[in-house]
Amino acid sequence: MTATAVGAGTRSSDRTFAQRLTRLIGRSPIHIVLGLIGLIWLVPSIGLLITSFRPSSDMRASGWWTIFTNPSFTLDNYLRVLQGEGIAGAFLNSVYITIPSTLIPLVIASLAAFALAWIKFPFRDTTFLIIIGLMMIPVQIGFIPLVQGMRPTGLLTNFGGIWLTHAAYSLPFGIFLLRNFFITLPKDLIEAARIDGASNLGIFRTIVVPLSVPAIASYGIFQFLWVWNDLLMALVYVQSNAAQPMPVKITQLLGTYASEWSLLAAASFLVMLVPLIVFFSLQRFFVQGLLAGSVK
Amino acid sequence: MAVASRPASRDPRPKQRGDGFQINWTAILFLLPAALLLIIFLVFPAIFTVGLSTDRGRGGEFSEFVGLRNFINLFTNDPNFLRLGFPPSGALWNNVLWVIFYTFLCVFLGLLIAVMATRVRYEAIIKAIVFLPMAIAATAIGVIWSFVYFPNPNTGLLNALLGIFGIGPVAFLGSPDTVNWALIAVGVWGSVGFATVILSAALKGISTEVLEAARVDGASERSIFFKIIIPMVSLPISVVGVTLVVNVIKLFDLIYVMTRGGPGTSSRTIAFSMYQEAFPAGRYGYGAAIAIVMLLLLVPVLIFNVRRFSSERVTA
Repeated sequence: MTATAVGAGTRSSDRTFAQRLTRLIGRSPIHIVLGLIGLIWLVPSIGLLITSFRPSSDMRASGWWTIFTNPSFTLDNYLRVLQGEGIAGAFLNSVYITIPSTLIPLVIASLAAFALAWIKFPFRDTTFLIIIGLMMIPVQIGFIPLVQGMRPTGLLTNFGGIWLTHAAYSLPFGIFLLRNFFITLPKDLIEAARIDGASNLGIFRTIVVPLSVPAIASYGIFQFLWVWNDLLMALVYVQSNAAQPMPVKITQLLGTYASEWSLLAAASFLVMLVPLIVFFSLQRFFVQGLLAGSVK
Repeated sequence: MAVASRPASRDPRPKQRGDGFQINWTAILFLLPAALLLIIFLVFPAIFTVGLSTDRGRGGEFSEFVGLRNFINLFTNDPNFLRLGFPPSGALWNNVLWVIFYTFLCVFLGLLIAVMATRVRYEAIIKAIVFLPMAIAATAIGVIWSFVYFPNPNTGLLNALLGIFGIGPVAFLGSPDTVNWALIAVGVWGSVGFATVILSAALKGISTEVLEAARVDGASERSIFFKIIIPMVSLPISVVGVTLVVNVIKLFDLIYVMTRGGPGTSSRTIAFSMYQEAFPAGRYGYGAAIAIVMLLLLVPVLIFNVRRFSSERVTA
């Protein structure tokens, strides 16, 4: 809150009702604009949420906004997509894809970031600048050679291909983020441990990692949501229909049931469920990861 | 913030001659897993794709060297990629529209919301509402908005609203005239939260004394906004702008989910064309050339980042 707002708050106590009303009306444009923005950002999602609980016969007859005058709810849409349309399997595939695709780069990036921050070796600065440069390489650059190269190995039909590609393309950002956090740890602490004879691995495990939980968590959450929400990499690197994660499954439903909005809505809320839980419980880390990625 | 800049008290690295000639096996072991993944999955494929972009690439392999013909075809002979004329069209032109309107609207609305939110008690709530689309899948955003845009006014909210005024129904995603604007609006809806959060953090950094002093001196809110706030957040604005431009160059999910590049090919973007040409169409050399165009478009950003971070002396 700004100082002006605080000042206005303390002053308003000795004002008359008429004065307060004048002030409220004077400020009402801000409330109206913000209220409108709030509506534009909430109503589309709420519309889809309501549709996911409406019987599909109702959906065809009238808009979701008639629910307020003519309420009727059902869980049929969720049951149908989970059982009949294979979304339950796709949900599990998303879990199988996301967890290793998050943990592998988390470990590998932490190790590399530690070396770049606290071990002296030739061309260390250059190595770090190369990592920063690699952050900008688009995933498309690998599509053709990696699909050609991995097809005979079977990595495109089990989850191996998508784990490794997600890990590799996330590493530059992860190393960048973690290295910039590790370097801010107190130098004395690490030097003291070195003098006491601790190995690099020991320093990494007992000092650097425990002190860097917020940064590691930010990267982990960022990567988790990125992989969970990803459509493009899954389209390219998961070539078995039985292994498709939820975003791919939803685009298939969209092709089959172009106007069955009740089903599409239910499937969409199932894919949104996990990110929404993560977002509301760990919002601070998520925003931190985002800020760290762009500013500094 | 998770990442602070390096404390100024850290000594510069002592310069020891000969230090550089020792192989540091510990450092190599720590870096090895990352180096292997990066070389196998980024560096080597990038070199292969550069080569393939000069080839017909039948079956994804080198089949017939064509020099720069893929690139020449892309820019002069492929109306799906670029058709100059009035009005211009094609994937590259669509990306130009995206860069201009999406970036400007995201920064403008983000700044507006960030500034206005500091004046109200529900600041945290409004920021969380606007930020929420950042957490959910572009696939889900695509479904949410395909539903809003649906032409039947008994289903689609926007056509129901227009119907009140006797307009429509409009097939927003079904006409080449409206489809790109409809998609850009969705992109803005999805990314304003990012701009808001970053710019809001920057605004909190402006000292309240400066603003108070200006107000005491009788400066209007308008001149405070343009003469104090805008100059002080110009660096964060440029960082947000660059990130949004990168988003545009990589834009795929929304297009794939909402229009598959259609109607016809009118809403394609570069990233969508790359996927479409390489995989469903099987024109690998051509797809590789589009991937190289994407890379070249990102090179200025790459240089910008490397400069920014090396000049900040984040390296120790």
